[in-house]
Amino acid sequence: MNKRFSFFVSRFLFLVCGILINVVAFAQDKPEMADVMRSNGKIYVVVAVCLTILIGLFIYVFLLDRKISRLEKGRD
Amino acid sequence: MKKNWWKILSFLLLIYTVVGGFLMDVPRLFILNETIRNLYFHVCMWFGMMILFGTSFVYSVKYLRGFNLRNDIFAHQFAAVGSFFGILGYATGTIWANYTWVTDQSQSLGSILKEPKLIGAAIALLIYGAYFVLRGSFTDIDKKARVSAVYNIFAFAMLFPSIWIIPRLVGSLHPGAPGSESGNPALNFKDIDSRLRMFFYPAVIGWTLLGVWIATLKIRLQLIKDKSLINE
Repeated sequence: MNKRFSFFVSRFLFLVCGILINVVAFAQDKPEMADVMRSNGKIYVVVAVCLTILIGLFIYVFLLDRKISRLEKGRD
Repeated sequence: MKKNWWKILSFLLLIYTVVGGFLMDVPRLFILNETIRNLYFHVCMWFGMMILFGTSFVYSVKYLRGFNLRNDIFAHQFAAVGSFFGILGYATGTIWANYTWVTDQSQSLGSILKEPKLIGAAIALLIYGAYFVLRGSFTDIDKKARVSAVYNIFAFAMLFPSIWIIPRLVGSLHPGAPGSESGNPALNFKDIDSRLRMFFYPAVIGWTLLGVWIATLKIRLQLIKDKSLINE
């Protein structure tokens, strides 16, 4: 009788453990994001590179704008 | 520096877009993951293209109302920058699709090549390509301006069925199509997150203003070149 009871208890514990493992696994099943880059601050490198390109682009367009303004004045 | 406030605005908005677009929190989505940030770049190219083509269309209509060559130059240069934005949108779209559509379950390159949104966008860009071919094939300036203005109106009218209507009718992997809810959890405008909206709309305005700035530079240069032709 005692042996049979312990068998059921072990079965029950096994079931509970299975459910718990499943729940934990499900909680980790989230979309993967670049959290590592954010935590070690490397994302700032990306931002710095993109900002450099953007600022360079704007300086270029601004200089072109100034050059064309000068051309317009020269012709008038 | 009197009427140049919008150029500074464009600069500030794009700085805001790059800093906020990379650093701020975005919704966590399967398959898309971190690529959802492309919303601030890829999608803005197409929005900018639509606005620039719309402006070009308005100037073509204005040209046909008064036959002022100045308006023809405006229409031409806005269409040129619009096409450039379209090509950039297409190129960025291929990169994005390569990492989000191909990896999706049974998607292969073959199924992507049949994608109605891609075919529609290619048709629209090719129609605008023909606009520049048409312009180049005339020697008579007035005839060139007149025929290409009429063609530009047709091209703008074709833009809507080819990139908006047909992909939505037949279903597509691209967000916004009826088939996209299943298998591709991308955003449509019903579930676009407010965190995305905070940067998406400023990004659209910023990129469009940059496009307009480049277009005005090209227009001014063309006006200097054609000074003898424009009677004012």
